[in-house]
Amino acid sequence: MASLDRVKVLVLGDSGVGKSSLVHLLCQNQVLGNPSWTVGCSVDVRVHDYKEGTPEEKAYYIELWDVGGSVGSASSVKSTRAVFYNSVNGIILVHDLTNKKSSQNLYRWSLEALNKDLVPTGVLVTNGDYDREQFADNQIPLLVIGTKLDQIHETKRHEVLTRTAFLAEDFNAEEINLDCTNPRYLAAGSSNAVKLSRFFDKVIEKRYFLREGNQIPGFPDRKRFGGGTLKSFHYD
Amino acid sequence: MRQLFKDYEVRQYVVQVIFSVTFAFSCTMFELIIFEILGVLNSSSRYFHWKMNLCVILLILVFMVPFYIGYFIVSNIRLLHKRRLIFSCVLWLTFMYFFWKLGDPFPILSPKHGILSIEQLISRVGVIGVTLMALLSGFGAVNCPYTYMSYFLRNVTDTDILALERRLLQTMDMIISKKKRMAVARRTMFQKGEVHNKPSGFWGMIKSVTTSAPGSENLTLIQQEVDALEELSRQLFLETADLYATKERIEYSKTFKGKYFNFLGYFFSIYCVWKIFMATINIVFDRVGKTDPVTRGIEITVNYLGIQFDVKFWSQHISFILVGIIIVTSIRGLLITLTKFFYAISSSKSSNVIVLLLAQIMGMYFVSSVLLIRMSMPLEYRTIITEVLGELQFNFYHRWFDVIFLVSALSSILFLYLAHKQAPEKHMTP
Repeated sequence: MASLDRVKVLVLGDSGVGKSSLVHLLCQNQVLGNPSWTVGCSVDVRVHDYKEGTPEEKAYYIELWDVGGSVGSASSVKSTRAVFYNSVNGIILVHDLTNKKSSQNLYRWSLEALNKDLVPTGVLVTNGDYDREQFADNQIPLLVIGTKLDQIHETKRHEVLTRTAFLAEDFNAEEINLDCTNPRYLAAGSSNAVKLSRFFDKVIEKRYFLREGNQIPGFPDRKRFGGGTLKSFHYD
Repeated sequence: MRQLFKDYEVRQYVVQVIFSVTFAFSCTMFELIIFEILGVLNSSSRYFHWKMNLCVILLILVFMVPFYIGYFIVSNIRLLHKRRLIFSCVLWLTFMYFFWKLGDPFPILSPKHGILSIEQLISRVGVIGVTLMALLSGFGAVNCPYTYMSYFLRNVTDTDILALERRLLQTMDMIISKKKRMAVARRTMFQKGEVHNKPSGFWGMIKSVTTSAPGSENLTLIQQEVDALEELSRQLFLETADLYATKERIEYSKTFKGKYFNFLGYFFSIYCVWKIFMATINIVFDRVGKTDPVTRGIEITVNYLGIQFDVKFWSQHISFILVGIIIVTSIRGLLITLTKFFYAISSSKSSNVIVLLLAQIMGMYFVSSVLLIRMSMPLEYRTIITEVLGELQFNFYHRWFDVIFLVSALSSILFLYLAHKQAPEKHMTP
């Protein structure tokens, strides 16, 4: 196979939320047997078919850069991490459904990745007083993934899922909630797989097609995916 | 209650309560010392408060906290989830057994008191706490001048950092290209339907010995290369972070605040060297100080400098200030160290255990610092501590502290020396 074009997607989130397991699941379609702490950054590659099922189908490499560490790291570690944030085409924000703090830290993570030349003030921004304008003109597509779904008891599930829906809305992003130790959440044809594939398509488009001046049409073949609520994407 | 809330939350509450209670009682102990010096409150009520405080702390330290630690550790292991209580009791009994055995090699067993008396418990807690304190202060005494003084800082330029970053990115690119080959190979294998992970049956095994699919062989080879490269990338990442930290320290040292701390660093290093020296002398000459430094200092000034002092008045105030400073700095130092340590090793699974461990360490640390503070106080204030804590061999504790302090200081000097030597050699290679 000839060499394919590539697209770079960051996977960010607190320590221990399951980024490495998620990346392993996405790229190797297998569950990660012995997760251990990620030092620095680990990369994995997934081959994705853009516009699958249409005559314009083309395969792309999606590089998933799994950056380890926490938002409260020393600034020397943050400066070192900043080296990985160059020329990013998409960001996956991962949080732990059993741990509220990890969802709150996602704001700081996204700020760190997007405004990497601004020094983060270190102020914890809660759901209430959060500045949406920072994300209004953001061109990089985001996806919010919540892990450890199996550890949430049935009765609390509804409350947790409403909270994460708000979170995803704040980022103007789609959200997926799953359990990284169970491949059936991402089985082909499930709504999660559809959302994921749509996200990757969006990333590829922003990288390769908007540059050529093509206006993206309303995506007529999206109708075939059906199901779920369709968010309308605004392209400037 | 357990049905309504997930177990997670209930446990958290208990942990928080225990931690704050330990901290509160430890601080109360220190307050009592201060009150002692200042002469606040009635003497007998002070005595009573001491006793009560001590009882509660010991109860928590020896009984409750280890039990909860055992409970949480056992809960983390999924296998034993069903019979948590029994296993945690077993763990607790093991702990008590070792705790008791601890007392044997040390000359602290006095046959006059019963098994479960306060003196026995305090003596053992004291031993552990004193060891801990000595280790920490030994390391701190050496580490403090090392970090503060800019003499030890290696020179790091921006080009060094850029070069290292470039190497890091190159390594990442190499890893990516290899992984791309693997992904493509896997995809073609999958599409051709060649997915046989494990050959089944007898014939399958024989076949796999002779003919192995070239795709999978290639994959394992590439996988090994990728593993080596990933290890390299981790090393490079850590080195780069190290360089950034050094660069920041250099910049910090050029500011006024940095210069001020640098100056303080010189003072501290002299003080630390003096302490190490004193510890050596104490051990070699086998002496334990009888009078505290404040009274001795005042005596010296009165005798040699001929300045008339009202000894009692001044000694009270100065010792109060000194003791206060010691207490505050040691609490602050301990909390800062603990929080840094806590951030470094926290994870959602073991956070309960860690908090409890920290509470345990903190409690022991405070109890033993009360023990050792006795040394720095003038004679008339020592009596109450001696009364409350019963007949302990205080001299032994001081000697033990000095020994461990010396050992820890020397080993940390060695360790830092090796680390310092190793680092510049790594950076010199292009």
